[in-house]
Amino acid sequence: MQPEKQNREQQHRHNGNGQSGHNGKRNGARAALRRELHTFVAHVEDRPGVLNRVTSLFRRRAYNIDSLTVGRTEIAGISRMTIVMEADAATARLVEANLYKLVNVLRVEDVTHEPTLLRDLSLIKVKANAEIRPKVMQIAEVFRARVVDVTTESLVLEITGTEDKIQGLIDVLQPFGIVEMVRTGIIAMTRGADGIPIDPGFVHARVPTNGDS
Amino acid sequence: MKRRGAQILWEALTREGVDTVFGYPGGAILPAYDAMLDYDIHHVLVRHEQGAAHMADGYARASGKVGVAIATSGPGATNLVTGIATAMLDSSPIVCITGQVPEAMIGKDAFQEVDVTGITQPITKHNYLVTRAEDIDRTVREAFYIARSGRPGPVLIDITKNAQQAEIDYQPDEAPIRLPGYRTDLAAVAEEYEHAIELIDRAERPVILAGQGVIHSVAGAEVLEFVEKSEMPVAMTLLGLGGFPASHPLNLGMMGMHGESWVNQAIQEADLLLSFGMRFDDRVTGKLAAYAPRARKIHIDIDPAEISKNVAVDVGLVGDLKQVLRQLIAAMAGRKRPGWLDYIDGLKGHAAVRDIQRLPDTGHLWAAHVIHDLWRLTGRDTIVVTDVGQHQMWEAQYYKHDAPRTLITSGGLGTMGFALPAAIGARFARPEAEIWVIAGDGGFQMTAAELSTCAQEGIKLNIAIINNGYLGMVRQWQEFFYQRRYAATPILSPDYLKLAQAHGLDGMVVSSRAEVPRAVEMARSSAATMVVDFRVEQEDSVYPMVPAGAELHEMIRRPEESALPSPVRQSKDRPDTPVRAPTSAIAETGRDEL
Ligand SMILES: Cc1ncc(C[n+]2csc(CCOP(=O)(O)OP(=O)(O)O)c2C)c(N)n1
Ligand SMILES: [Mg+2]
Repeated sequence: MQPEKQNREQQHRHNGNGQSGHNGKRNGARAALRRELHTFVAHVEDRPGVLNRVTSLFRRRAYNIDSLTVGRTEIAGISRMTIVMEADAATARLVEANLYKLVNVLRVEDVTHEPTLLRDLSLIKVKANAEIRPKVMQIAEVFRARVVDVTTESLVLEITGTEDKIQGLIDVLQPFGIVEMVRTGIIAMTRGADGIPIDPGFVHARVPTNGDS
Repeated sequence: MKRRGAQILWEALTREGVDTVFGYPGGAILPAYDAMLDYDIHHVLVRHEQGAAHMADGYARASGKVGVAIATSGPGATNLVTGIATAMLDSSPIVCITGQVPEAMIGKDAFQEVDVTGITQPITKHNYLVTRAEDIDRTVREAFYIARSGRPGPVLIDITKNAQQAEIDYQPDEAPIRLPGYRTDLAAVAEEYEHAIELIDRAERPVILAGQGVIHSVAGAEVLEFVEKSEMPVAMTLLGLGGFPASHPLNLGMMGMHGESWVNQAIQEADLLLSFGMRFDDRVTGKLAAYAPRARKIHIDIDPAEISKNVAVDVGLVGDLKQVLRQLIAAMAGRKRPGWLDYIDGLKGHAAVRDIQRLPDTGHLWAAHVIHDLWRLTGRDTIVVTDVGQHQMWEAQYYKHDAPRTLITSGGLGTMGFALPAAIGARFARPEAEIWVIAGDGGFQMTAAELSTCAQEGIKLNIAIINNGYLGMVRQWQEFFYQRRYAATPILSPDYLKLAQAHGLDGMVVSSRAEVPRAVEMARSSAATMVVDFRVEQEDSVYPMVPAGAELHEMIRRPEESALPSPVRQSKDRPDTPVRAPTSAIAETGRDEL
């Protein structure tokens, strides 16, 4: 399995075994409405209340956020958010425009159709006594997960990767008994030499029109 | 130099050109009020903070300048909320300043502590919580800049008491404003302009939809040039009225729920709609799925988030309308469209909307008569400030606005109680202008306490109360869609003459059409604020009407044989008046979606 090489399209269409509600949502009947997972990267000023302003925008329209992560960037005072949400093309453009309207939001980019690296990190605590432990560790190796904590009764695995790689690990660990699990949510970065310019000279107001697919 | 935060606030406001503020004091804003006395600021003491926000709003709409409201923490701040939301929905530039409990007490449920920035976040363009005196100057500058630039809107600054009290070394902030995340220069690209020009030159049956953006952008001259070069007819939104002269032959009138039937018909049959700074509100589109089905659509707006929000368009041109129109005018071919204009003229022939104007005087006082006479007797630059309800729609139909900023009305939020305080605000923005309030008996009573503000300030307004004894617009919906079951819509009024007199103001009662002109003249010539109680027909309805959720051309028309029931006696016991039999059969559409 080489999830790193999968592009965005593949990840969204072939994802996991489709058993969990999470996965079902992606493959279900809504595909007919041409909804897909959109990934937005937003650079925002690192100030109190900014996260609230961003989430508020989704809340008031009853849009459900699939995943949202925030963290520092290479520039002091600027944070970077990765927001994943299921939407059709027109809604995605409107979300982008509304994010842009927030005074503390510096730049918004919908990277859904760009070649993009997407990563999620997870800690998974599995029931494992001395008898089970080697089996779990073997599985961990296959998935390139790391064992970061061991007790007589448990193991904690750390795994980084795309959502479906992590989902794959979760699926095989399930029979042993998952005690608890935490995931960071997705972070995204476009491939290639260029970064996302935070303060570009000209910004084309990309607006949804009938010409869009 | 040494300055306290409160002093810095007034110095910053003064540098923004503020000389009048509307407000109400209280504990958490007391340091600011105390410092105010040392600055050249006129403070208008309101009777309820909602009034302060509406006054700031009225001030802004009458002048295009930023209006300022000020209130204390807790209840003072929450009382502003309706006024802020009103300004937000109508893109009106105001700055609201609220006091907040000292920083050390935030989060402790201190006396009169509420999370004002949290409460107002969805109804402000932006807001600030300021906890340090050092941040006041820069914040005020940013707030004014944000409020008035791009798509205007309300900005709130919540200042803790300790920030007002702290004394610091202060130098006025002269550095350029740095708001890297706030860009008003998002723009369209050449291909989008080319696409638009192609559609414009090709259109056979175009209609321009002109909104408030025309007024904000001061684009009247460009719209005129565009219209005359392209010979395109113009339909107006409620907030757009005045942006393009009603008297211009290509101005069709107002569109939408209570628009002219021929306007809506033209929109439905158009092959191109050009939106000039309007946002396809549900009150103007009717049923979206059936809206202008054959038309290509070009939407010009300064706010990219408006493009294709309600109506999916073919081209979105983001930018300042004035600049965008200049580019279009330069590039388009220009042509005549006599066939289309003749066709629309033909539609006008069948329309019944103006019937009421031609009705003989049979002792009835129709609200439309009052407004028509008011329009005839007042000048082009008269400012009319309306409340919300039937009278608002009659104003829009019968008062012909020829100049921008002459109609001030709450469109998006439809806030009853808006008119009187907004007119007071307008008075301070335009000291010389003639100003008329047109309010319903319901809405007027919501903020009638501001009459006392008029009296205390010694200002002159003309107030026309369209007194129909009902919450008329709701009664109309009950008549059309709820089998005339008038739940909670009959409303008692005080004796407005005595109410005016109790405030030391003048009043009059008018109950026949013949008296209207004299009453208007008396009000205008009186030095004091005059309240005129127009006792109008009680169960009149606004026609035509597109029921909410119906297709735009499915209009309910004024009944043919021109319902003229026997005059209803005018007395104070109106609310007990038994419900009259239907004046005519109105198509029971059964539609009442909103
Ligand atoms: C604050 C507020 N509450 C309720 C409404 C709902 N509403 C819209 S119009 C209307 C009736 C207004 O009655 P009145 O002021 O007498 O004006 P009329 O329609 O009779 O001209 C009501 C209650 C509103 N728009 N605003
Ligand atoms: Mg009424």
